[in-house]
Amino acid sequence: MSGAKALIKALKREKVEVIFGLPGGAIMRVYDELYDADIRHILVRHEQSAAHMADGYARVSRRAGVCMTTSGPGATNLVTGLATAYMDSSPIVAITGQVPTSMIGKDAFQETDIIGISTPITKYNMQPRDPSEIPLTVKKAFYIATTGRPGPVLIDLPKDVQDKTADMVFPDSVKIRGYNPDVQPDPSAIAKAADMLLSAERPMIMSGGGVIIANAFQELQAVAEFLQAPVVTTFKGKGSFPENHPLSLGPVGMHGHPEANKLITEADVLLAVASRFSDRSVGRFDDFIATGIKIIHADIDPSEIEKNLPVHIPIIGDVKVILTELLKVLIKKAIKKDRTKWLERVEEVKQQFRNRQDLGSKEITAPKILKKLRELLPIDTIVTTEVGQNQMWASLHFDVIKPGTFFSSTGLGTMGFGFPAAIGAKVACPNVPVVDIAGDGSFGMTANSLATSVLEKIPVIVVILNNSVLGMVAQWQRMFYNRRMIAVDLHNVPDMVKLAEAYGAQGIRVQSMDEFSKAVRLALKSDVTTVIDVPISPEENVFPFVVPGSALKDMVLA
Amino acid sequence: MNKMRIISTIVENKPGVLYKVSNMFRARGFNIDSITVGTTEKTDLSRMTIVINADEPTLKQLVKQLAKLIDVVHVDVIDPQNAIYRELALIKLNAIETKSRLEIISYANVFDSKVVDVSTEHITVEITGTPEKIDAFIKIISPFGIKELARTGVTALTRG
Repeated sequence: MSGAKALIKALKREKVEVIFGLPGGAIMRVYDELYDADIRHILVRHEQSAAHMADGYARVSRRAGVCMTTSGPGATNLVTGLATAYMDSSPIVAITGQVPTSMIGKDAFQETDIIGISTPITKYNMQPRDPSEIPLTVKKAFYIATTGRPGPVLIDLPKDVQDKTADMVFPDSVKIRGYNPDVQPDPSAIAKAADMLLSAERPMIMSGGGVIIANAFQELQAVAEFLQAPVVTTFKGKGSFPENHPLSLGPVGMHGHPEANKLITEADVLLAVASRFSDRSVGRFDDFIATGIKIIHADIDPSEIEKNLPVHIPIIGDVKVILTELLKVLIKKAIKKDRTKWLERVEEVKQQFRNRQDLGSKEITAPKILKKLRELLPIDTIVTTEVGQNQMWASLHFDVIKPGTFFSSTGLGTMGFGFPAAIGAKVACPNVPVVDIAGDGSFGMTANSLATSVLEKIPVIVVILNNSVLGMVAQWQRMFYNRRMIAVDLHNVPDMVKLAEAYGAQGIRVQSMDEFSKAVRLALKSDVTTVIDVPISPEENVFPFVVPGSALKDMVLA
Repeated sequence: MNKMRIISTIVENKPGVLYKVSNMFRARGFNIDSITVGTTEKTDLSRMTIVINADEPTLKQLVKQLAKLIDVVHVDVIDPQNAIYRELALIKLNAIETKSRLEIISYANVFDSKVVDVSTEHITVEITGTPEKIDAFIKIISPFGIKELARTGVTALTRG
């Protein structure tokens, strides 16, 4: 059997149903085998989008997403997508073609050292030098990508290895001596954490993206309700806890609600679940711990413990298991602490900030659009975002009610992520609406995925908060660079409606809140991708806002 | 306070692993003082001995980051008090005059090192020992004029 055939067969054995990719010289043999395989191939227009689509597919399906490209530029175009998945712990398996082994190192046409390039931005990478290695390589790739803390894995396949034949042995399982992802949490750490939480006066839970990955929503909610502890989410953890729940304070940090940022500085014990303590979540590290807050950190990745902050009780393991065990211990202790005073304080701060915003006027603003969008979309709608002001407005004003339906590039902050990720999400979940909340700058970076969306019949909705500028940079220039506006004006080009139509999608421009509602209703019924262009003021800032490098307490309210 | 730390790791013996390990240090902003790699009693495993200067929290984080690498099978921090650790140095010295030749040979004897090459102009000495011992030897013989010097970095095993 040829290496290429073995690859396809191995992918079938991993139950791969779809590959996002773009062919080229060094991967032709694999594509030829794909011709006869019962695997859907979705043709992208740029390899970066293939990785984002696989990523979106993976985040929604909680299975590995697969993308495939040729060598050299095909492989290097994947890099941003791999780094995005790496920073957000998303399981993707990327397959790249490579020049023949005899040409490696000779600077051959379309040769690049993708193993070297991708090492810091993948969980693992491999380059089989003999076709007989392919079945085990594929098995390892899926095992590593999806277990423990998930992440991207790259397989680089030289052309001759695809062509040559060998006797193949397809393993059913794999064991890697340097990799033991199945860590059982230490019961004594859980017991200590339970005691600390029960004795706390002002406990708080910070829920991170790993809660979504581990599908630990119910367990998290049960622990929060038992403890009567308010829950803040990191931006990646947005939607790991229903944002209409009385204990929800919403996202914390730079993209966070002011009440979350205020109250976390008043908490005495913090249960941080599957969060890596990003500077975007907790602000300046020294200030965060200066409050004297005691931290319990539960995470699957031991290297996240005390990477950024000292913690009092670390608990390593799958957070679904940890929360289940923690709840058992809490119930067994049968102590219900009176939290009335803390919850009254929480309610007071919540009301203080939540009544601030006037949404009454008729004028279109980003917050109003997002609140209206929430009203119009079914609760199970999957939402992705681009990066920039649109992302922060979405964090602040779009409440996620059903856990695990909101996805964004939170670690790398990749402009152009949202739209292809939405396409990948729609492939994984074709029966629910998928919406990308976009800005005109970000959307422009991967707008060519409109072709994929239309031709492959993967209809999604894109809502562009179109301020004709690179909004976040413009906001910084206004706030911190004395309005010296440079390199931010996008001049309202292209015309997003015409652009959508040029690709065969539906484009709608709205000039009022009523038109916006109509457009969303129309888009929800449409069987073709709809781009809703919402012109907003280029001067609109996102508030509140925690300036990078400063403390949460120093958030700028307006 | 920073001090010398010896990290001993067992890694898969295959191409690219040294790159993955050293690149992790670079990417996370840590400096390596020395790194040695060689085979172990098992042909499919190599031992990497890494010496760094770091404080306790940095060391702990490094060990976790190393252990996270899939090709790293085992990581140990070696306590120099409870370990045998050695470095090899080859030192080529200027030695034209008979007097200095004799002096170099006698110092070499004191330090339990060996003369491994002699020419009309140079003497090359081989010395193994702790980095401190090698430092001391270099200090003593440097007045003769060091033409070239090569040190391997530390390799180590725990006692017992």
